[in-house]
Amino acid sequence: MFLAIRELSFARLRFALMGAVIALIAVLMVMLSGLSVGLVRDGVSGLQNLPVTSFAFAQDVQRDSAFSRSVVDLSAVDEWDAQPGVADAAPFGNTLVNTRTDRGTEVDLALFGVQPDSFLSPSVSQGERLGTEDGIVVSPTALDAGLQMGDTVTIDRLGTRLRVVGVTKQQDTFGHVDVAYVPLAAWQAIKSGTAPGTALPQRAATEITAVAVRADDGKSVDLPAGDTAAGTESLTLKESYGASPGYTAETTTLQLIQGFLYAISALVAGAFFAVWAIQRKPEVAVLRALGASTGWVLRDALTQALVLLAAAVAIGVGIGLALGALITGSGIPFALSMPSISAAGAGLVVLGLVGAGAAVIRITSVDPATALGGNR
Amino acid sequence: MSSRPAPTASTTPADDASERLGLVMRAVSLRHGNAAETVQALDDVDLTVRPGELAAVVGPSGAGKSSLLAVAGGLARPDHGTVTVAGQDMTVPSRRTRTELRRRHVGFVFQSGNLLPALTAADQLRLPLQLGPRSQRSGRDPLKLLADVGMADKADRRPHQLSGGERQRVGIARALVTEPSVLLVDEPTAALDRARSHEIVQLLAREARHRSVAVVMVTHDHDVLQYCDTVYEMVDGKLAASS
Repeated sequence: MFLAIRELSFARLRFALMGAVIALIAVLMVMLSGLSVGLVRDGVSGLQNLPVTSFAFAQDVQRDSAFSRSVVDLSAVDEWDAQPGVADAAPFGNTLVNTRTDRGTEVDLALFGVQPDSFLSPSVSQGERLGTEDGIVVSPTALDAGLQMGDTVTIDRLGTRLRVVGVTKQQDTFGHVDVAYVPLAAWQAIKSGTAPGTALPQRAATEITAVAVRADDGKSVDLPAGDTAAGTESLTLKESYGASPGYTAETTTLQLIQGFLYAISALVAGAFFAVWAIQRKPEVAVLRALGASTGWVLRDALTQALVLLAAAVAIGVGIGLALGALITGSGIPFALSMPSISAAGAGLVVLGLVGAGAAVIRITSVDPATALGGNR
Repeated sequence: MSSRPAPTASTTPADDASERLGLVMRAVSLRHGNAAETVQALDDVDLTVRPGELAAVVGPSGAGKSSLLAVAGGLARPDHGTVTVAGQDMTVPSRRTRTELRRRHVGFVFQSGNLLPALTAADQLRLPLQLGPRSQRSGRDPLKLLADVGMADKADRRPHQLSGGERQRVGIARALVTEPSVLLVDEPTAALDRARSHEIVQLLAREARHRSVAVVMVTHDHDVLQYCDTVYEMVDGKLAASS
């Protein structure tokens, strides 16, 4: 530490340039983290907020599009309700629709069809809960998109009219579309393409997208056994995120970019400290000749790397948070999550330290005898 | 050259207490290179330097002078022979032990000082005191020692802000700060003019006597030998008292 700090101060321009590169990587990491969390929230917050532990979809359904392709018979709900460890099972319907308000505002909605008296019926921050036949409870983000309490929206082509009666407590979106909770009967009519005033076909009245299952607190449900009994295929709530449109592709792409950034961070730190270690060889020889142990020299070098990386990452995260605060709410799916950002920052420091460690380890091979003679 | 009688390189037995506090090398040999090509860097070298004595080693380049310092300071292990500093065996196999012995008993003065660019003159002296375990961090007061070598007013200067002679003064003070038993000095006047060279070697002689440190100085500079108590000549790895 004695020498590390003094060298940081003495060669501050050199270290500042290096720190600037790490800080820029940290800024990029915060932005990517914000985009990741924002995209996840935009893609599946509607699912995340459901009090559900698993969904039972139709057998052999394509997993990455299960919410749009699955059709399950209503009778599966009772089968699931009877399974050991299941606290609640309720029908769940899902479909995406284009709507237009009476003012002409076009709003896309992800309809979540639920029974108003089931455990899936959402709490509201304003207005009233689900109950009336044509009443819908929408995500607060739908208000940002142009909806208002009391508005009536008309579903394109079908002509079904739904009235906004309540607003959920937090952002509920699915596949980047605002969620609207709708009574199951209304959802079945919309899903089957039944026009207003026309009787709901018998078959449509028994079809749902999936059975939403909630396990008893602290217990797990034997999903394969339930699937065998109900003729379904279950996904846990987290697995079901992958069935949200575009979710897997988006998160995989961002994770790949983050992975590359971690690798770049380690390489940049490694390359810088490799050059630094080579330049310091004569000094290290003097230090060793003066009686510095290998451990002392390594500790000093790694402390230097740690101070530089931690300071640069902290500055980068600070800039990233400031930029993120400007972006949040601008329409870009961006959300700052301190746990994610802290983990990303720590990852940058640790991987940078690994890169620096791999570089400075070479100073252990410096022969102190080279400090003698005209070697310097 | 000193007015004292010319000493011998190998005849003084290292069996009295004062010798044990200094440097004693007996029948030391060292080879460099590999099986195909070897160089006899040190050839059956005997050397005794008592506390307070300034011994000079002269000789042509490649004669083995730096190897002598390296072996004396525990930077290299000899193939044969014994080396003791303050009674401690400097040829033990453990590099860690030799490093610790060097830290406690040996001070090095390098060509041009070999100061660390990031450190002020005062910090150059504080550095050796930081190298050991916390419990062993004792030594002289760096600022007082800087004053002793005439550098009190330049304690906050870094090496690039000092002249060659000033750098060498700081280097000498740095070597003395841990209160070593032996000072190993490598070409201290190599980059200095004649006047500065005399000042530096006078300083070394004064400090050696004042602090009872055994000093071995390797040099090409015959002008400064007058300040030395003993002078040895090294040729092809063999050490002999100078005529």
